[in-house]
Parts: sequence; structure tokens; C-alpha cells
Amino acid sequence: MISLEGLTTLLQTWLQNTLGEPWAFAAESVIVGIAAITLFAFLGLALVYMERKVAALMQIRLGPNRVGPKGIFQTSADTLKLVMKEGLTPDGADKFLFNLAPFMVMIAAMLVLAPIAFARNFQIWDLSIGVLYVAAVSSVAVIGILMAGWSSNNKYSLLGAMRSAAQIVSYELSAGLSILAIVILTGSLRISDIINSQADGWWIIKGHLPVLIAFIVFLIAVTAETNRAPFDLAEAESELTAGFHTEYSGMKFALFFLAEYINIFIGCAINATLFFGGWMPFHIGGWDSFNHVMDFIPSSIWFFGKTMFLIFLIMWFRWTFPRLRVDQLLNLEWKYLLPISMVNLLLVTFMAIMGWHL
Amino acid sequence: MLEELGTNDQGDMIINIGPQHPSTHGVLHLVITLNGETVKKVEPHLGYIHRSIEKMCESLSYRQFIYVTSRMDYLSSHINNHGCALCVEKGLQIEIPARAQVIRVLMDELTRLASHLLWWGALAMDLGAFTPFFYSFREREMINELMEDTCGARLTMNYIVPGGVMMDLHPDFQRKVKEFLRLFKSKIHEYDDLVTGNIIFQNRTKGVGYISREDAISYGCTGPTGRGSGLSCDIRKLYPYEIYDQLQFDEVIETDGDSWARYKVRVGEMMQSMRIIEQLIDNIPEGEFQAKTKAVLKLPKGDFYTRVETARGELGVYIVSEGGSTPYRIKFRSPGFSNLSALDHMSRGGKIGDLMATMGTLDLVIPDIDR
Repeated sequence: MISLEGLTTLLQTWLQNTLGEPWAFAAESVIVGIAAITLFAFLGLALVYMERKVAALMQIRLGPNRVGPKGIFQTSADTLKLVMKEGLTPDGADKFLFNLAPFMVMIAAMLVLAPIAFARNFQIWDLSIGVLYVAAVSSVAVIGILMAGWSSNNKYSLLGAMRSAAQIVSYELSAGLSILAIVILTGSLRISDIINSQADGWWIIKGHLPVLIAFIVFLIAVTAETNRAPFDLAEAESELTAGFHTEYSGMKFALFFLAEYINIFIGCAINATLFFGGWMPFHIGGWDSFNHVMDFIPSSIWFFGKTMFLIFLIMWFRWTFPRLRVDQLLNLEWKYLLPISMVNLLLVTFMAIMGWHL
Repeated sequence: MLEELGTNDQGDMIINIGPQHPSTHGVLHLVITLNGETVKKVEPHLGYIHRSIEKMCESLSYRQFIYVTSRMDYLSSHINNHGCALCVEKGLQIEIPARAQVIRVLMDELTRLASHLLWWGALAMDLGAFTPFFYSFREREMINELMEDTCGARLTMNYIVPGGVMMDLHPDFQRKVKEFLRLFKSKIHEYDDLVTGNIIFQNRTKGVGYISREDAISYGCTGPTGRGSGLSCDIRKLYPYEIYDQLQFDEVIETDGDSWARYKVRVGEMMQSMRIIEQLIDNIPEGEFQAKTKAVLKLPKGDFYTRVETARGELGVYIVSEGGSTPYRIKFRSPGFSNLSALDHMSRGGKIGDLMATMGTLDLVIPDIDR
């Protein structure tokens, strides 16, 4: 069985033997960068295709089925079209900020890929403040969105950007509090520690009700932070035509579009890591032979399986629910989710002190 | 018009919604004044799809002008044709065969169902849910196919003519209508699960776009918009035409006056339309489908007014005749125009999202407003 861990170790030893310590590090950085960009592009294409197929499933139609078998090259063709399109900059726009904004959003999305563990010991950067880094960097994207909205010199864009800012800043709070619940149980911010703490059962199972509440709050917060329906107010097409990216076209639009899907992937990957054990196979404490059987399924399959399931959930939301109004959106956060997650945090702390989760 | 450029002197933002905008469903142009997200004023600008139908009708004969009216409220084209045919028949005092009357009512109700189905999907889309649109179009397609079988057209029917209907029903008509009713009834629970019972949908429509009964009367709101405010204004009940006085159906009235009430009225009307169709589909009398009329119709000197209930409200047809073969003057009282005039009143103080919900439940068809 090919394991991703073996591949990386092999590569590292080979590089260090041939190039020496500093150059090997530089070469590894380049390889990782290329791999991240490739993953970024591939995920974008795959998730857009998945979204269209899921939408078709919900909407009693077939979805893309012309380009390639089952239409799998449809999204590549769409991207090609977007690349070839003229990237217009409106006359009254602030040209520098207008062109910078999509890259801000995309870079923020790419940076968050760093601490995510895709498989056993397969992680770009296992830094000690892993989840804090994720929470911090993912909110940088809002600057890009505000930039796009303001520099477009378009009132729809401005309204969309303002909505988006209010929304992301608000929902960061309950997302952060839900992350804290797991951090309290684990006692570490490091992603690998969080995953290893779930070796005898995922938190969603052994964490009882408080973790379940934290999971639901986090799922809602992730949906809101990625500007997905039913919280897609920033680009509410029936109100603001396309919200903050109304004026964008061609590849600049595509960057926003791809960043949205990468953000969904990251949100769901973090969700899977915190509550479903990331790459950790389904283990039950004490059942050693059962756990051993589960270990035969590669860890990357566990990780992507869980993430894709959560992504499917978020897509299901999008194609089922109507959109909330802007005041209802903020009410939901400040009047319901935030108090709930605060009380829940107390519950989790109490549970951790009493040791019920072990 | 200067204030369309940006902000006014109170610092409010002026935004143009339309004429090309996803939720105006046509070329409606709204200039809205916004304080943050709150709507302070809505000013509809019309005329983008004005085709001067009323003027065109003056140079067309009494048989020809009916075809043009299919293009007014294209979602209730049968009912538009019906109103005009009734007015001409009133002038000529033609007796309509019983079979034609039943066919006309059947077609009217099928049209109403199709129109409400489209509205249902489009409203959900205005509120950000895409999927209901596909579900409602699945059912609407069956009605469209029925129409195509009967008169060869799917949208602008031109089927109802002075004296009766253009041609007899398709032999498969009864079977297909029954099949449609059976399928539609088995799907209604999907509609309830997906939209009616959805808490977000209810929150988006309850208390939104309120208009009181008195205001509804003074703005001239008719149809589901008026009935949502507790105003009894169903022409089929108040001034029955054809065989509506012999049919068992209820006028759906809600008293809340908000978007949710208008939603419930329309959904209730779909059920009532089905009830009417069920009563008639097995009881289509045999006989002529068209009365014997002269080749060139000439209305006597005078003026004639009839009204019918379209899917959107009261359509009035007013013909002034000088005795010639073409009308001297025609005026249509379109329901959409009056309902649109209440939009400003309804959406002041709400959010932009509320404006879309209100506009969705008014069920505006722009060619009907502009004509």
C-alpha cells in the first residue's frame, strides 16, 4: 500500500542526500508551493463540478454531461473560457485595489492550507498554534472582499462587501468558540495533537452533547463565513445582482470563485479535523481488533471522505434553503449562536474538569 | 432624475434596480432610496416594454385585436383573451354554447395554475432558493403540454375567440388533465416541505410588505394582493361570468396583509383551481364549441366594459365603439399596474431583502403593466 507519509520521507531523504541541508529545504519549499497551487486548482475544479452535480441531483436534472464522460471536463472548459476572457477594469474603479483584491482573497485561502493534515504525518506545516492560525488567517479574506467592494465603485458591490464584512466578523466569534471547545478537551492548539487525541474515538462521539452542539454551531459558522447560501448575502443575486464581485470578469472573477470553494474545503477540513478526527480512522476505545481493521483504509481516504461528506452537507444547505435577511443573519449570530456557544464552552470546560470525555 | 446619480442631500444612497436585474422579472426599473440597508423610497419607472397595445388595437378588427392581448400578461394569456372575447360578445349579444363556456373556464383555471406555479418558483428564487423553481416547472410543463395539444401554443394561446373557442379540445385532453391532477396532488407535500414549512421562508415573508385593507382599496389592489389584505375582490365570485356561478369553489381570503398572507392566498387559489377543474373535467357538455358569428364583427355604437379575474387580479376591458369594424378606443385596466403602485407603500421601512420578497408576492408581469 502506498502511503503518503512514505513518499514524503523518501523524497526528503533523497533531497538531503543529493543537495545538502539548506538546498534541500529550498527545494522542498518549491515542491510544496507547487503542490499547494496544484491542489488549489484541482480542488477548485473538482468542487465546482461536484457542486453542479449535487445541484442537479437536488433539482431533478442531469447537470453537466457533455464535455468528457459525465461532463467531468466541463469545469476545465469553463476555466479555459474564463482565462481567455478580457479582464475588465471599470472606469471609475481604484485600479490598484481592484486588481489586488482577488489575489488577497486567494492568498488568504491558500495560506490556510498550510496546517491541514491531509493524511497520517502528511502536513505542510504542523505549527504549535495550528487552529489559532487557521482562525486568524481565514479572516484576512474579508479584507480582500472589502477591497473588492470599495474599489469597484459600484453601489451593489459596496453593499455586498459591507454585508460580507459584518457577517464574517460576527460568525468568526462562534466559530472560534467552537474551536475552543475542542482545544479545551485536547489541551493543545496543534493540529496533530488534536488528531492524535481522537485515536480512541472521534470527539463527535466521545464528546457527548456539548461537542455535538459545538459541531452544529461550527457548521453554521463555516457556512456563513464562506458566504454560502443560506448566508450568501454578500452576493445575493436577487438583491445585489452579484454583490462584491459584480464588476469582476474573466480570471479575476474566477479567483473569487475558486477561493470560495477552497474556503469551503478548508472550513470542512477543519471541521473534520476537530470533530471527526481528521485522517484518524474510525476507532472505538478498547476494540483493538476492530480498530486494526479500520486502519487498513488509508488515512487520506478517511480525511477526504469526511471532508467531502461535510462539503456535501453544505451544498445540500445551499440548494435547499432560502436566503436569510441581513438583520435575521446578525440576529441568529448575536442572539442565538453566540450565547449558545458561550454556555456550551462552560459545559465543555466542566466536562473536561470532571473527566467525562475520557 | 439627477438624484439617480448617487446620493441625495440627506446622505441616502440612490440605487437603480433594473431595468436589467435578476429579481425584477422583466424590464421594471426601480429607483430606490436606501439608508444603509433600509428602504426609504421606491420609485418605479415604466415604459421599457411599452408597445402601445391599446393604440394598436384601434386599427385591428374585433377578431384580430384579441391576439395582441395575449402579449400583455403573457402568463394569463387565456384569461386576457377571455376578457376581450367577453367584451365583444357583450356588444354583439352572442350566446355562447355550453361546451365553449366549460372549455373556457377549464383553460382559465389551468392558466391560473400554471401562472401561480411559475410565481411560486420565482418567489422562492427571489428569496434565494433555487430548487423550488425546478419543481414548479416540472408541473407547469405538463400544463404547457396540455396547452400545446389543445391550441398549438405554449405561452401566447390566442385560443378564446368571440363566440367560443378557436377549435375543439384535443381527444387526449381529459385523460391528460386527470393525469396532471393526480401527479400534482402527489407532489404537493414536496412544495410544503421545501418552501411553505421552511422557517427561513416564513421569517422572510411574515410581517413583510404589509398593506392594510383600506390602503389596498385606495391603491386599487386586486387579486391575491387585495385578498391577502382581507379584501374580497374575486371577480369570479362578485361578478360571475361564464359558468362560475354554478361552480363550487371558495374565495381564498387572508387578513394579515403581509407577504406571507399573499403567499397563502396564491397557494390556496391553486387548490381552488384544481377543485374547479375536477368539477368540470368529467362534465364537458357535448355540442358546438363556437357560436355562429358573422365574418366581420361590428359592435353597435356605445361603450362596453367587462372584467375577468386573471392570475394577478382584475382585468378590465373597456371598448368604445363608433359602430365600425374596429374599436374606436380600447382601454385595459391591468391588475399589475395598480398592484405595483402599492409597492412603495409596502416596502418603505423594510430591508432590501424585504423589497424582493414583497415584489415577489405581488407577482408582477411587466408587459402587463406597460402594455
